[in-house]
Amino acid sequence: MPGSDAVMVRTTWREAMRSALREALQADPRVFLMGEDVGRYGGCYAVSRGLLEEFGPERIRDTPLSESAFVGAGIGAALNGMRPIVEVMTVNFSLLALDQIVNNAATLRHMSGGQFAIPLVIRMATGAGRQLAAQHSHSLEGWYAHVPGLKVLCPATLEDARGMLASALADPNPVILFEHVGLYNVEGTLRSDAGAVPIDRAAVRRAGTQLSLIAYGGMIPRALEAAEKLAAQGIDAEVIDLRVLRPLDTATLVASVRKTHRAVIVDEGWRSGSFAAEISARLVEEAFYDLDAPIARVCSAEVPIPYARHMEIAALPQVETIVRAAREVVGTHA
Amino acid sequence: MTAAPSLDDDLARLRGMLRIRRFEERAAELYGAGKIRGFLHLCVGEEAVAVGVMRALTEVDAVVSTYREHGHALARGVPPDRIMAEMFGKAEGCCRGRGGSMHLFDASHRFYGGNAIVAGGLPLATGLALADKMLGRRAVTVCLFGDGAVAEGEFHECMNLAALWRLPVLFLCENNLYAMGTALALTESQVDLCAKARSYDMPADRVDGMDVTAVERAALAAVATVRAGDGPRFLELATYRFRAHSMFDAELYREKREVESWKLRDPIASLSTLMKLGGALDEAGLSALESEVAAELDAAVAFAEAGTLEPVDDLTRDVYATEASDARQ
Ligand SMILES: Cc1ncc(C[n+]2csc(CCOP(=O)(O)OP(=O)(O)O)c2C)c(N)n1
Ligand SMILES: [Mg+2]
Repeated sequence: MPGSDAVMVRTTWREAMRSALREALQADPRVFLMGEDVGRYGGCYAVSRGLLEEFGPERIRDTPLSESAFVGAGIGAALNGMRPIVEVMTVNFSLLALDQIVNNAATLRHMSGGQFAIPLVIRMATGAGRQLAAQHSHSLEGWYAHVPGLKVLCPATLEDARGMLASALADPNPVILFEHVGLYNVEGTLRSDAGAVPIDRAAVRRAGTQLSLIAYGGMIPRALEAAEKLAAQGIDAEVIDLRVLRPLDTATLVASVRKTHRAVIVDEGWRSGSFAAEISARLVEEAFYDLDAPIARVCSAEVPIPYARHMEIAALPQVETIVRAAREVVGTHA
Repeated sequence: MTAAPSLDDDLARLRGMLRIRRFEERAAELYGAGKIRGFLHLCVGEEAVAVGVMRALTEVDAVVSTYREHGHALARGVPPDRIMAEMFGKAEGCCRGRGGSMHLFDASHRFYGGNAIVAGGLPLATGLALADKMLGRRAVTVCLFGDGAVAEGEFHECMNLAALWRLPVLFLCENNLYAMGTALALTESQVDLCAKARSYDMPADRVDGMDVTAVERAALAAVATVRAGDGPRFLELATYRFRAHSMFDAELYREKREVESWKLRDPIASLSTLMKLGGALDEAGLSALESEVAAELDAAVAFAEAGTLEPVDDLTRDVYATEASDARQ
């Protein structure tokens, strides 16, 4: 509940995430954080810096480089009364734990006929844009969103960075929280009493009438920037932030497209088999007769992300490519 | 086993280590200048491992390494100008700018990367060795990885598989005591890494990784038995990185004192002092060596600077092999 004495405070996305972690650790003794270098090193993206000093090594646990083991252990601990937050440094390394996530976390509830809950949160960094080349630049949110039994969150705003963790911890299911590496340094203001946010719906980040730009996570700032550029060119775009990839809030998407009749989906994943493809399919299924133009997708090029700066830029969705796709969809070719 | 090391050999060892040290220092400067981007992991302090190991190999042997591989690549013979150009993201780089610092590959030197997934290279090395064995080649695959990698399942799976099938692979663990900011003792119930290899019935030895001659001697002996078909071996090379894990490391996890005490065992200073004492090197000789190394590096940087950017139209090139010739060994 926002209190009346709340003030706006300047913060970064990283600090908002850290506040959420601190609050969760303070609120519930069953909550603990484990992962590689979360403690002494201060977190590979410095999100957990200072928490070891505050909460001690029992609750801020540095793990060996054993992704399958410590993610699996998080599942076991969640099954047995704890509320673990497991940090996997990046989605790239989560592939070493994919078996535990897909074959255990996502299935135990169902396989056991509903006997068990897995109140586990797995946090991981995702995304490209820092010239880290092909083994450190994956965007695999869509893969995880494919799996029933998991919930998949992609916070983009400061409010969501601050508020999604608490809701994820309150959820009795395994929740994966993706933190786009391009967002950590984003600065802005946040209400001093910011807290838990819903994790079952998309949000309209910018209202518009002529076109729906649909994006999530690290692509939200780009979609918003593209919308501003389009506005300057006389095109009024709505920006939808998916926020949650599973369960997907189709209603908000459909409502937007019913209004704008046009959609461009922006997704940092590779185009083939992308989450953007799922969005596109849902719109075709549920809003086909409302569409005035084919749906467009702006995705990453079909290539492992290259190191060289100009090639990396060319491989990823950019503001300019979003603008171009939007102009084509509304029929004003450049 | 080799005969007692000759003076020429010592000079070559010193030159090899100095090239790596100066290359790394230059890379750090160029990172600061924004010429090199992404993650940059330097091996300053660990040069004796790279030089000692690579001197024990022949042309037919294969090398698999990690993201901290500039030294390994240089010592293996990958030209510094191609490495520098790669880190500049230039088309003249050893991977045309696609890989960068963490992913140096050079087929002509049988240098199979630059793997940035911890322990990701071990299965690859095991497979390279499997192919060599099946094809009746007398090649040895050398697989370098850090102490952090021994916690991964892949390490254990590969130790077992290579030993079970008696594959010609030499596993070399560069134990620099830390995996990023986490000390070995905080992640391993058993810090004797050789014990792990031995539990898979693989002969294992611990070597002073700050002593280039000791590394070379141990590597030569191990390579000889592996080549002879006696199955895989494991060497733990005790070493230390003098600099941060990467360019984004505040080094909150270790004491300056500890770093300083390891610096007293600097492999380059140790060897040059020894050579000076033995009369094999004087100040003039050392500065001649320094200028020789500097000239080579200047040329490498100039080469990288002068390099070109691959056309963006080629973005999706080499995602798939298209010609039958690509499938050749
Ligand atoms: C599977 C995986 N998990 C985590 C990382 C992130 N990471 C990169 S290097 C590193 C430390 C590895 O330490 P070690 O194996 O000892 O090698 P060193 O860096 O000391 O040479 C970590 C945790 C990674 N690259 N791959
Ligand atoms: Mg190490």
